[in-house]
Amino acid sequence: MSSTLQLRATVRATFRRTLFVCGLLLLILFVVLVIATVVGSQRLPITNALCALISRSKCGLSSEQQAILFDIRLPRILLAGAVGMCLASAGAAYQALLRNPLAEPYLLGVSNGAAVGTMVALVFFGTHEWSRPVMAFAGALIASFAVYQLARSRAGASPERLILAGVIVTTFLSSAIVFITTLMDATRIRSFTFWLLGDLSGATSSLLTIAVVVAILGSAVLTTYARPLNLLMLGERDAFDLGVEVGRVRLIVFLAAGLLVGTSVASSGSVGYVGLVVPHLVRLTFGSDNRLTIPASALTGAAFVIVADMLARTLIAPRELPVGAITALIGAPLFIYLLKRG
Amino acid sequence: MLEARNITISYGARQAITGVSLKLNAGEVTAILGPNGAGKSSLLRAFNGALKPSKGEIVLDELPLRTFPRRAVSRRIAAVAQEADLRFPVTVLEFVLGARYAWASTGAWGWETERDLEVAFAVLHETELEAFSGRLMNELSGGERQRAVLARALATEATILLLDEPTANLDLGHQAAILALVRDRCDRRGASAAVVTHDINLAAEFADRLLLLKGGEPVALGAPREVLTEKLVGEVFEVKVLVDAHPVTGVPRITPVHELRR
Repeated sequence: MSSTLQLRATVRATFRRTLFVCGLLLLILFVVLVIATVVGSQRLPITNALCALISRSKCGLSSEQQAILFDIRLPRILLAGAVGMCLASAGAAYQALLRNPLAEPYLLGVSNGAAVGTMVALVFFGTHEWSRPVMAFAGALIASFAVYQLARSRAGASPERLILAGVIVTTFLSSAIVFITTLMDATRIRSFTFWLLGDLSGATSSLLTIAVVVAILGSAVLTTYARPLNLLMLGERDAFDLGVEVGRVRLIVFLAAGLLVGTSVASSGSVGYVGLVVPHLVRLTFGSDNRLTIPASALTGAAFVIVADMLARTLIAPRELPVGAITALIGAPLFIYLLKRG
Repeated sequence: MLEARNITISYGARQAITGVSLKLNAGEVTAILGPNGAGKSSLLRAFNGALKPSKGEIVLDELPLRTFPRRAVSRRIAAVAQEADLRFPVTVLEFVLGARYAWASTGAWGWETERDLEVAFAVLHETELEAFSGRLMNELSGGERQRAVLARALATEATILLLDEPTANLDLGHQAAILALVRDRCDRRGASAAVVTHDINLAAEFADRLLLLKGGEPVALGAPREVLTEKLVGEVFEVKVLVDAHPVTGVPRITPVHELRR
């Protein structure tokens, strides 16, 4: 691949550089988070909101403003951050593992797998909230293994073959989603359609806690496998020759990425293209070393979805867009560009 | 020391290798010759543990290869594949440093040590790639890339080198340079090398022993003078050849007699 978007970052990733970059991104994430809490259909005064966030006291906010900040906005923003972290680090890991710059949870059908899992949980175990992330995880895993097996050929999976396999699995799962939707009563259908495109408003506090914990732990697990992933990026044969236990690493990465995608879908539906856009921007800026790419993608992904959600909340306020519509609006053109360039 | 003991390798019903025994001795270069599909690459992949023999055994230091952990094998045996297939931009230095994964004390997670960098720069110097260390692999020419692949194999510090057509994309000068590097590792550092090649004359020059394969079966194993006879080469490659002595080095020289034009 060569073009104007060719990565120019030729500085080697080191531990110190990774710490510096991640520290910087963490700072940016915090700033974005604060801005997102004050911007919305009702604007909050920034100093008071910041004071309230840090001290968890009133800081001159009215009780209505306080409710908006702590009960509506903050959980939603934290969820957006968790979802972005999940999808971006999973995307970066899928790209390295499958050696495919176009790999992305949504395009691979993994998100749809998780969506089917979530819907099955909603329809059959509706009262047990924990069943949603569990079923979503199972759905994500089944979908990712199916795509992997479909795309594999004797010559290895070519990027096009993988995307085609993803399209086939996605189409199949979409019909499953339609089927399950028809089993629901009419009042729930609209909210489900909204949820499918990515909806950050519906998560309960227990789901939010699960999402945040999984986002951080899952991204950390993927980061610890960054070095073998660097070698897998060069091909399974090369990785094997250089000492990587390919089967074990592949399994762990599939499990961790499946868990990340499953959790994100269970709490907010399928937010597309985050896993494509964010790792690409990160690689473009910092190079291909996954020891830096994965944690940096996780942090950038969190900030990206928080900003996308901010736009979704404010563009046509007081009405809302699904956050997935915003991420797809940015992501789809990038995907086409990458595909044409490949 | 690495040894194949009477191994057979099958892909489903088809046998790629049948009853091959080969010992890679320290200080020796062994060239593996044969027509396309003779099982040369399969033999090399078996030596590396990537293909499991259905019969026989690969033995490393008198122990079955399969009993070694993967990273331990990679510290002893380095494989040089035909072509690096890159889909992500990686610099030459990053590429070569990949070899140091097998030496990382921490396993999966970890960063290169000072020593890793020393080794990497030493092999980049040896392969004349120092000036390219910050360049991206996909910006290099085919020959430079092939040298980077060799540099990575050397950076593993393995004493057993398995090379699959290492000179396929190289011009005459770089062919000689690459093989001189392999020769040097064997002569001065007691390494052993197995090289799959289609260039019989080059093999006759640099290899101590030749293994001739046909249809997965060993036809001959020995010094170039013993193996490169008109009869054996003619039989294995199904082509008429003339064998004489190289005017300078005296090793056997093969000239195919195609008789396409009269």
